[in-house]
Amino acid sequence: MQDFSQAFVQAFTLIGQADPTLIDIIALSLQVTFTAVSIACLLGFPLGAALAIGRFPGRMAFVVFLNSLMGLPPVVVGLVIYLFLSAAGPLGFLQLLYTPTAMVIAQVVLVTPIVAALARQVIEDLYSEYDEMLRAMNASRIQTICTLIVDARYSLLTSALAGLGRALAEVGAVIIVGGNIANVTRVMTTTIALETSKGELALALGLGIILIVLSILINAGLFLLKNSAQKRAYA
Amino acid sequence: MLKMNSDLALLAPAKPFSAHLPIQFEGVHLSFGKHLIFSSLNLEIGAQGITAIMGPNGAGKSLILRLLAGLLMPEQGSVRFNTLSRVPRDQIGFVFQRPVLLRRSVQDNLLHALAIAGVERGQRPFRADALLELGGMQHLAKSPARKLSGGEQQRLTLLRALAAKPGLLILDEPSASLDPQATALIENIVLRASQCGVKVIVVTHDQGQAARLSDEVMFVHKGRVHAIQATHEFLKTPASREAKAYLAGELLI
Repeated sequence: MQDFSQAFVQAFTLIGQADPTLIDIIALSLQVTFTAVSIACLLGFPLGAALAIGRFPGRMAFVVFLNSLMGLPPVVVGLVIYLFLSAAGPLGFLQLLYTPTAMVIAQVVLVTPIVAALARQVIEDLYSEYDEMLRAMNASRIQTICTLIVDARYSLLTSALAGLGRALAEVGAVIIVGGNIANVTRVMTTTIALETSKGELALALGLGIILIVLSILINAGLFLLKNSAQKRAYA
Repeated sequence: MLKMNSDLALLAPAKPFSAHLPIQFEGVHLSFGKHLIFSSLNLEIGAQGITAIMGPNGAGKSLILRLLAGLLMPEQGSVRFNTLSRVPRDQIGFVFQRPVLLRRSVQDNLLHALAIAGVERGQRPFRADALLELGGMQHLAKSPARKLSGGEQQRLTLLRALAAKPGLLILDEPSASLDPQATALIENIVLRASQCGVKVIVVTHDQGQAARLSDEVMFVHKGRVHAIQATHEFLKTPASREAKAYLAGELLI
C-alpha cells in the first residue's frame, strides 16, 4: 500500500516538475492521435455523407460492413499494417515501420470506420429533413454533401470525439507498428504498459492521470461547444 | 408599394420564363404503392401572372407542385414546359408549407442559396443584403434562422427561393398558420416578384388570399382538374359543382 502511495507522490512530482520525458511522451501521443483523427475525419465525414445520401446496389451491405469495422481488433490492424510496412511487405520500401507515421496509419485505419459510421447516421437523419429543400434548390451531389457536413458540424464533433477516444486509448496497434522505441515512438499508452510491466509505477501513474484529465477536458470542451450551439439552434 | 427599379434588379428572372409557358401535364399517372393519386391527369397553365391552385385536402395540390418542380417524376405521361420536355430546375424557386432552414444565421441561409445558384462570390453579400431589405429582415441578418418566428421563417424561405432569380416561383400554402400581418408581408413580396415577370403558382385554401394574389384559379379535386377560371369569376360563379361546394364550405366526398 505504501508503494502505491509513493508511486502516486512520484507521479504528481513528475507532473508538477514537467518532467522532460513525460512531456515528450505526451507531445508525441497528442501529435499522433490528433493527426490520425484529423485524417480520419477528412476521410470519414465525406464517406459517411456519401453513404447517407447515396442509393446504390449493396448499400445496406456496405453500411453493415462499415458498422462492423467499428469493432476492429487493434492488434489485428497492427499486424496487418506491420505486414504491409515490414521490409518484405509491399510498402516496405517506404521504410515507415517503427516511425510515428506508421502509428498514424494504424490509428487512421482504426478510427476512420468509427467516424464514418457515426457520421452516416447523423447525416442520414439530417438528410431526411433537408432532402426536398436541397433538391428544390437544384443542389448538386457535392453541394448537398458539403451542406449536410457543415450543418451537422456539432453532431459530427461527437463522432470525432468517439474516434479521439479510441485513438487516445489505443495501445495494441501502435505498439506493433511503432515498436515503443524511447524518444521515437513511445506514447502514453505504450509507456504505461511498459512501465507497469517493469513495476515502475510512478511514470505509468503520472501518464494515466494525464490521460484521464485530457479525456475529461476534451469532453468538457466539446460539451460546452455543443451546448452553446444548441442554444442558438445550430445543433 | 412597388419600388420598380430596385425590384427589377433584384427579382426579374435571370432567364426569361415566358418561353417555357404554357406548362402542360399530359396523361400524368402517379401512385404510391396501391394508392392511386393521379390517373391520366391533364392540365395546362398558360398565363403569366399568378395562378392559384385550390381544392380540398388530399386533392393532390401539393403533388402537382412537386411534379412541376421536378421533385417527383410521373410514372407515366409527361410534364412539359412549352417545347421543353424536362423541368428547368435552375429556373424554379420553391417555398414549402413547413419552412426548412439551415442551422445557420439568416444571412448565411441566403448566402448558401446564392452559392448553390452559382452567383459569383463577390456579389453574394450584396444580393443577400438586398433580399434582406426586401423582406424587412436586415436587423435579423445575424440571428440564428431557426430561432425566428414562424412568419419570419417563412419570409426567409421566400427570400431564399427568390435568391436565384427564378422565372417560376412555386408556393405550397406559404401562409398556412400565419397571422394576417405575416401573411400580408409574404403576399407583398409575391406580388412584387410577379410584377417583375416571375410566374407564380401558389396552393392556398384561403379564398381571400386567392382574391388578393391570383389572376386565375385552378380547382383540383380527387386528382382531377375541375375548373380553371379567372379568379373573380371562380369566386363568383365557379364552373363546377365541386368547386361551388368547396367555396361554400361543404364537405366534399
